[in-house]
Amino acid sequence: MPEISRDEVAHLADLARIDLDDAELDHLAPQLNVILESVASIQGVAGDDVPPTSHPIPLVNVFRDDVIRPGLTPQEALSGAPEVDEQRFSVPRILGDEQ
Amino acid sequence: MSTSPITRTAAELADDLAAGATTSVELTRAHLDRIASVDGDATEGVHAFLHVDAEGALASAAESDARRAAGAPLHRLDGVPIAIKDVLTTRGLPTTCASKILEGWRPPYDATVVGKIRAAGLPILGKTNMDEFAMGSSTEHSAYGPTRNPWALDRIPGGSGGGSAAAVAAYEAPLAIGTDTGGSIRQPGAVTGTVGVKPTYGSVSRYGLVAMANSLDQAGPVTRSVLDSALLHELIGGHDPLDSTSVQQPVTGLVEAALQGASGDLSGLRVGVIKELAGDGWQPGVMARFQESVDLLTKLGAEVVEVSCPSFVHAMAAYYLVMPAEVSSNLAKFDAMRFGLRVVPDGQPSAEDVMKATRDAGFGDEVKRRIIVGTYALSSGYYDAYYGQAQKVRTLISRDFAAAYDRVDVLVSPTSPTTAFKLGEKLDDPLAMYLQDLATIPANLAGVPGISVPAGLADEDGLPVGFQVLAPALADDRLYRVGAALEAAHAAAWGGPLLAQAPALQEVAR
Repeated sequence: MPEISRDEVAHLADLARIDLDDAELDHLAPQLNVILESVASIQGVAGDDVPPTSHPIPLVNVFRDDVIRPGLTPQEALSGAPEVDEQRFSVPRILGDEQ
Repeated sequence: MSTSPITRTAAELADDLAAGATTSVELTRAHLDRIASVDGDATEGVHAFLHVDAEGALASAAESDARRAAGAPLHRLDGVPIAIKDVLTTRGLPTTCASKILEGWRPPYDATVVGKIRAAGLPILGKTNMDEFAMGSSTEHSAYGPTRNPWALDRIPGGSGGGSAAAVAAYEAPLAIGTDTGGSIRQPGAVTGTVGVKPTYGSVSRYGLVAMANSLDQAGPVTRSVLDSALLHELIGGHDPLDSTSVQQPVTGLVEAALQGASGDLSGLRVGVIKELAGDGWQPGVMARFQESVDLLTKLGAEVVEVSCPSFVHAMAAYYLVMPAEVSSNLAKFDAMRFGLRVVPDGQPSAEDVMKATRDAGFGDEVKRRIIVGTYALSSGYYDAYYGQAQKVRTLISRDFAAAYDRVDVLVSPTSPTTAFKLGEKLDDPLAMYLQDLATIPANLAGVPGISVPAGLADEDGLPVGFQVLAPALADDRLYRVGAALEAAHAAAWGGPLLAQAPALQEVAR
C-alpha cells in the first residue's frame, strides 16, 4: 500500500465521522502506516480464478415465518436515547447552513 | 466436599446441587465473596468484572433452590453461577463493551445466549471486562482499566476476553461466556491456564452480541475443564431464527465426546501438526510444552503427522483487512442518536458535528485505528487490491483446511506464540499485539471450531501455555474428545489441574 499521509488520515477520519485533533493525528498516522505496510503483502496472492468468501458457512435464502411476536415497547426502545421528545428520538439539526 | 466450593468444576457443582449437598444461594454467595476479596478495581486486584449484580444473582439463586426443592430443575446447570462478557446484551444490566460510548447503557433486551442461560436457571454474577468492542489481545484496551492475569498481576490476561478467562482462573466464577473473532476466547484461555472454545461459526446465535466483525464473531464457553465447556456449549448452541447466519444443525454430542475422551483412548484418531504455525517468534517454552502434548496424543493412540497449510502465512494480512472493514461498518451505529453517549460541541452544532465529537470522545485509540484502516480498505481504488484480495485469501485458507481434513481428523498448534506478556509492553505497538493471534485467526476466517486447553508452564517464566485443537465445521465434538483426553493425561502427570499450581491471590483492601 502507498504511504498514507497525515492529511489522508484526517480525511478518512472525517469519512468515519471521528473528530481527531492534531495530537491524535500525530499519534495515529504513523501507527496506521505500520499496519497498512503489514497487510500490503496480500496483493496478488490469489489469482482471478479464486472466488471471494464473504461468509465462512454459506447460507442462502434464509427465511422465517412472518408471524407477530412481542417486540420492544416505545418506552423500552427510547430508554437509552440521549434525548427524547414526545415519544421520539430527539436529534440535533441534520441540515447545514448552506442547505 | 471441601470447605469452599469455588475451586470445584461446574459439573461437580451441578452434582452437589443435585445431591442436595449445597444450594445455589450458597454457591452464588461464595463466588460473590471471592469477587469481593480478589477482584478489586482498575488500580488493583484481578479486575475481571466491570459490573457485579449481587442482588440479581442471589435472587436467581433463591429461585433455583426453590425449583430444585420442588423437584423441577430447568437444566443440569440450574443454579450454577456464571459470568457474561460485557459484549452480550443483558436486559436491565449494564452493557458497555468496555467502551465509554456505551457507559451506563442498560439494554432493553437479552442476547439469545443470555436468554438461554437465564431460561436454564444459571444466576448471572456480572459482566466481565474486555478490550473495547473486543478489539485487542490483552484487555488493556478496556476504557475502564485492564484486567490482570491471576498467575501474575503485572501481566496481561489475554484478550479480548481477558475478564472472562481471569474470572474463571481466579475462581470468581465457575463458568463464563466469551466471544472469539480472531482468538479472543482461545488466547486468554492459553495465557490464564483455562479452557476456551470457539464453536463453529453460526452454531451459537449472535443475536444480541454487539458485532465487531460479523462474519468472524462467535460466542463460546470459558471454563476450567473441558467437560464444563461441553455442558455450557450444548446449553448456548443451536439454531436461532433471530440470527440469519445461524446454522440449522442441533448442537449435541459434546458432553458425550468429552466423557469418551476423558477415558484416554485416542486410537484411530489422525492428528495433523500445522507446519506453518511454528518458527521464529515462537517462545521456546511454548514450543516445548506443545511438543510434549503432541507426544502425549501419540501415547494415547493417535496417529500424528505434519500437515502444511501454505495459505496460513497470509491469514494475518487477510484478517487485518476483513475485520477492520467490517468494524468500520458495524460501528457506524454508534452515532449519538438512539442510545449511548452524546457529546454536543459549543455553538449550533449539526447532527454530523455531534456524531464526530461523540465518536472522538467515546472511542479509544484501538477502535479508532481499526475504523480508519477499515474505511481505507473499503475506499474506491483500494477495494479490489486489498479487501477483495483478503476475501479471496479467505477462500484459499478454507481450501487449506479442507485439504488437511482429507488427511487428518483434527489439526493442532500452540494457541498463542508466547506466554502472558507484561502489562503496557505492547500497548502502543499494534503490530506486535496483532501477532498474538497468529495461530487462532485461520479458524475464524474459515469458520471452523477450535479449543485451547492448558499444556503446562513455560520453563522460562513459569506461565501457562495453551494447546489448540481445530476441527472441521460442525465437528465440534472432536475438540472435546481430544481436549478431554489431553486434559486427563496432563492431570495424571501433574497430579491435578494446572490451575492448582497458580500462586494464591492476595486479598484487595475493601
